[in-house]
Amino acid sequence: MKRFDLIIVGAGPSGLSAAIEAAKRGLKVVVFDENEKPGGQLFKQIHKFFGSKEHRAKVRGFVIGQQLLDEAADVGVSVVLNATVIGLYQDKEIVVKKGDEITHYKADAVIIATGAAENMVTFPGWTLPGVIGAGAAQTMMNLHGVLPGKKVLMLGSGNVGLVVSFQLLQCGCEVVALVDAAPRVGGYGVHASKVARTGVPFYLSHTIVKADGDKCVTGVTIAEIDDKFKFIPGTEKHFDVDTICLAVGLSPMSQLLKMAGAKMEDNPKRGGQVPICDEYGRTSIPGVFVAGDVSGIEEASSAMIEGRMAGVVAAEYLGYIDEEARDAELVDMDKALDGLRQGMFAPKNRGKAIEKTEEGIDISMNLLKKGYIADDEIERYPGVTHKKGVHPVIECTQNIPCNPCQDACPKKCISIGSNITSLPIVTEEGDCINCGMCVASCSGQAIFLVDEDCGDGTATVTLPYEFLPLPESGTKGIALGRNGQAVCKAEVVSVKSAKAFDKTHLLTMRVPKEYAMTARFFKVEK
Amino acid sequence: MAERIAEHPILGVQEKGELVTFTFDGKEIKGYEGEPIAAALKAAEVMVHRYTQKEHKPRGIFCAIGRCTDCVMIVDGVPNVRTCITPLKAGMVVQTQYGVSGKPFEEQ
Ligand SMILES: Cc1cc2nc3c(=O)[nH]c(=O)nc-3n(C[C@H](O)[C@H](O)[C@H](O)COP(=O)(O)OP(=O)(O)OC[C@H]3O[C@@H](n4cnc5c(N)ncnc54)[C@H](O)[C@@H]3O)c2cc1C
Ligand code: SF4
Ligand code: SF4
Ligand code: FES
Repeated sequence: MKRFDLIIVGAGPSGLSAAIEAAKRGLKVVVFDENEKPGGQLFKQIHKFFGSKEHRAKVRGFVIGQQLLDEAADVGVSVVLNATVIGLYQDKEIVVKKGDEITHYKADAVIIATGAAENMVTFPGWTLPGVIGAGAAQTMMNLHGVLPGKKVLMLGSGNVGLVVSFQLLQCGCEVVALVDAAPRVGGYGVHASKVARTGVPFYLSHTIVKADGDKCVTGVTIAEIDDKFKFIPGTEKHFDVDTICLAVGLSPMSQLLKMAGAKMEDNPKRGGQVPICDEYGRTSIPGVFVAGDVSGIEEASSAMIEGRMAGVVAAEYLGYIDEEARDAELVDMDKALDGLRQGMFAPKNRGKAIEKTEEGIDISMNLLKKGYIADDEIERYPGVTHKKGVHPVIECTQNIPCNPCQDACPKKCISIGSNITSLPIVTEEGDCINCGMCVASCSGQAIFLVDEDCGDGTATVTLPYEFLPLPESGTKGIALGRNGQAVCKAEVVSVKSAKAFDKTHLLTMRVPKEYAMTARFFKVEK
Repeated sequence: MAERIAEHPILGVQEKGELVTFTFDGKEIKGYEGEPIAAALKAAEVMVHRYTQKEHKPRGIFCAIGRCTDCVMIVDGVPNVRTCITPLKAGMVVQTQYGVSGKPFEEQ
């Protein structure tokens, strides 16, 4: 039987990060992954990540994936693909299925980093072709370059539903509605806003009544539900769609741990059946560790840190480093992880209805119910100020762990401070030079550059634009409001692209000056 | 192939294998070598991959990562091939799966 110091199951962000840390310290490491390509979820994620520099913020997910693979190769990690781990035993023997071949391996330590599986919901018609998981939509469009559908209804308003809706729009699909049974949008407000302003309507407290179609989906009916989850008669709405996309949560894939006899618990805050483990991923079985979504649904940013922690702890467990060296390493990781676990969306706040920001400002209720901030709510946030000339308007209104905007501005116009979840504020002293770096760096696409009065009765609004084709200067169209409804006529002044903007183009449009604070998206007139 | 993304705003133009021909229920279809069979079928707007054994209900792509088995078809005579994770090769013979057979139920 082939032996290794450390076997890792799953080559996602957590498994790869664990492998890198362990291999760096001299362990002989192998990573098994069931897929044809490594990287787990990362290669499907094409948006800029949140967090701060140490979490690789504002780098797109698939780029982070490539960085991890390069690092893993550099330190001599071997990654075995198309290899599904089907067994794990107490004595750290694992069973791998590759094609029709079954092989047993043994290690002195094992890290389980198998991630999560998508949850399902059922409704009449749910098995029809055309009803797909959000992960399937991402796989088809972002890995294989094929449209998942043309007219899509998204069920689920968590970050996955919001992000995948935006990705669908980016590859040219029409998203007819975003629907969630919950009364409030579950994901980040900034993710919701960038979907809502393109014109996608949100239906909270709604769910699917049925999918229509004989051989495949041809339509869908939704209806409002009351607080007992019962449909309210007369509230049905019908949409012609060819695709229904389900983004209704993830569950840890912890079966291997259960099989090995690790102590498990059912913990809704961590997403379901999870192994009982300490903060560094030590399970009840000595030498068996966990990292990433399998130990509690979180994010890639935290999965990477958990992976690194598990790698370091495993290195100490096998005697490659001593306890002192281990603890010295863990201090910074603890801090980085703690930073990510703050704010409104922190695991500890799951399920809580938060009504005020840490600063004591009322949260936008429209944002939670409809996906956009109402015009009469926007002025209360510290990122929204008025000045002569071009200045940033930051529509980031919830406490999330994110701060690339602060680092981006060469003129110190934007400040978040040392608390990473604080709302960004526009400083008084900063003198904006209209360089656009803040707009392009903002992971939430929440920053606009506005010149409220150009002197000729018009205003200009610069917005982040990640769609094709790019409109030419002079193109006439319609400015949409935060709610995706037409507000006025608009003309494209310029579309700026730069390497430093990393594929976020800066579209500047001219609008009548009374719409400077309401026009937030540009649509070509058809 | 109306359903392919020609140029993606973030990912650009996807690198693909060679354009090859395969058959789906006897019809010639083109796809890129190495992409999942299911991707090529999707691009050709094929939705139904199989019909269930008992209730004859249609199934198509659901998870796209090899977990749900909704997408299985008969490939080169072999039933239950998960088309979402099986790479396309030139000349493959792909058939709708009825229960576990390539023959429609009324002919079984
Ligand atoms: C749409 C979407 C958007 C997201 N956006 C963000 C974001 O902006 N920022 C962020 O930080 N996070 C984001 N996330 C979350 C992030 O993707 C996950 O939290 C992260 O990928 C978890 O990492 P992981 O390594 O634990 O698991 P995964 O990435 O899921 O990797 C696990 C790997 O293990 C493999 N595997 C599982 N079981 C076995 C087995 N038995 N044998 C062999 N291999 C196996 C899997 O196939 C997979 O490759 C997003 C997720 C989604 C779906
Ligand atoms: S445009 Fe440039 S100078 Fe102005 S706020 Fe943004 S980053 Fe700062
Ligand atoms: S405004 Fe700043 S904190 Fe808010 S999403 Fe953008 S980069 Fe992050
Ligand atoms: S679509 Fe689920 S296995 Fe292929």
